[in-house]
Amino acid sequence: MIDARIQKEFAGGKERASFKLDVQFRAARGVTVLFGASGAGKSLTLDAIAGFAKPGDGRIMLNDRILFDATANVNLPPRQRGCGYVFQNHALFPHMTLRDNIYFAAAHLPHVERRRRVSEALERFQLNDVAGRKPGELSGGQKQRGSIARALSAEPGALLLDEPSRGLDAPLRRELYEVLREVRAEYDAPILLVTHDLAECLELADQVLIYRDGRIVQAGEGKAILDAPTSVDVAHLLGIFNLLSVEILSLDPSRNRSRVQWNGTPIEGPYISAHFLGDRVTLCVRPADLKAIPRPPKLGPNQVGVNLRRVVNTAEGVRLDFEGVSVEMPQSEYAAKADNGNWAVEFPPHAMRAL
Amino acid sequence: MDWFPLWLSLKVALLATAISTVLGLAVAWWLARGDFRGRELVDALVTLPLVLPPTVLGYYLLIVIGRNSTFGAMYESITGGPLVFTWQGAVVAAVLHSLPLLVKSARAALEAIDHSYERAARSLGAPEWKVFLRISLPLARLPIIAAVTLAFARALGDFGVTLMVAGNIPGKTQTVAVAIYDAVESGDGDTARALVLAVSLLALGIVWVANKLNSKASAL
Repeated sequence: MIDARIQKEFAGGKERASFKLDVQFRAARGVTVLFGASGAGKSLTLDAIAGFAKPGDGRIMLNDRILFDATANVNLPPRQRGCGYVFQNHALFPHMTLRDNIYFAAAHLPHVERRRRVSEALERFQLNDVAGRKPGELSGGQKQRGSIARALSAEPGALLLDEPSRGLDAPLRRELYEVLREVRAEYDAPILLVTHDLAECLELADQVLIYRDGRIVQAGEGKAILDAPTSVDVAHLLGIFNLLSVEILSLDPSRNRSRVQWNGTPIEGPYISAHFLGDRVTLCVRPADLKAIPRPPKLGPNQVGVNLRRVVNTAEGVRLDFEGVSVEMPQSEYAAKADNGNWAVEFPPHAMRAL
Repeated sequence: MDWFPLWLSLKVALLATAISTVLGLAVAWWLARGDFRGRELVDALVTLPLVLPPTVLGYYLLIVIGRNSTFGAMYESITGGPLVFTWQGAVVAAVLHSLPLLVKSARAALEAIDHSYERAARSLGAPEWKVFLRISLPLARLPIIAAVTLAFARALGDFGVTLMVAGNIPGKTQTVAVAIYDAVESGDGDTARALVLAVSLLALGIVWVANKLNSKASAL
């Protein structure tokens, strides 16, 4: 269990704005993903836990051990922290063979045990065949597994991974996720994973911390955050939502509905609490939850006529970008409607959420 | 033709380089990784011998290791003889002459390493000495060997400090640089030419090797 409260401030300069990291979280066994844009403070958080960066204030605990405590003036050096760190560039020592790299990590064990542990690690991560090679002669995936094997061989109390998938192509990513899932199943300690890749986040996370500008703006289970982002910031960061700016026309708490005006057209929306008539709020809705239909002669309830700007092929199907809103549908569905001249979008009130 | 000055210079330079290397690497490591107050002051002090006149350095050295100094007296009581005006004194002079260059280059080499390697080693539980010996030093070995080679050349070429501290005693403390000065002063052109040629060729070879090492290092 990691229990961390970290504050660190950087004064601004000519070239960069000032930055303040102020986060607090707990991470139990399993994968905790630190998700957010570059420069949000994710890697800095890892560095503070590993002991590479000293927080200005706060306290970091790992399994009842105090790694850092500003008030008690405790600041353990990295080598005493027991945090396995997997670097973005793997940082396998280039002048040593892979076997020696792992051997280096098992230095705390007596000789015979140490050799056995190295063999086990090589076996487990399918690196036996290349154990005698230097990092320069390894493939991307082998380096990846090698650096994870090395970090785990020191028997750390937590595993920290700094954007391990950055710059990897799709098959290598898949391989990495596979390895990380195995590690998660066998390794009884927290795993912190920094990423700005949403797919990775959803695939691996037991818990997600969403970072923005040095703060955690939402924390929880990955699926839950995706279904219910609590702020415009989070929805924007996740990058998969339509964000509709609407004006409230009327509110109907008894039916749990509202009427709002979007792009000059009134539509029915979800009930919006803590707002007055005339307020502008943001509704968020996933492109897949909207329906695009051929424009009927007479628009039905909650259907709005829209102009199509472009059609984009995605991994899942087709995304239609209309003015102000996007809709996703399977390829087959689009094929049946493709010769459409005019479009309308239907907004199901229950699919929209007010932020 | 008396080749003694050349052999003495080689002996002095080798010994001085060995001492400078150990001392210089320790100081360079300390400067490269430390984030302590007064770091740049230490760096400036170490650099000073590069810019001060040799006579000034010689003067300081005479104060520090002279027969009346604490260090000089201690040395004398242990070895039975004074340090100044011996070939060992010339070693001290050569160390002072070669150390700054070594510290400067080694520090730059150590700072140029990708620090994630050192961080990785630390996070794996390695103590600082192990990080230095097993990670930093091997990774920076080429530029450091180049620096040691150049330090050897500098140790070989010292004139002023050696003259003030070790003197000019033929067959005892007369190094090649001093011998050339002596030969020119006394009109012995043949000896001067032979020694000048020998030193020039040696220096050329050393610089060539150092450049080779550095270009190989930057190609990696």
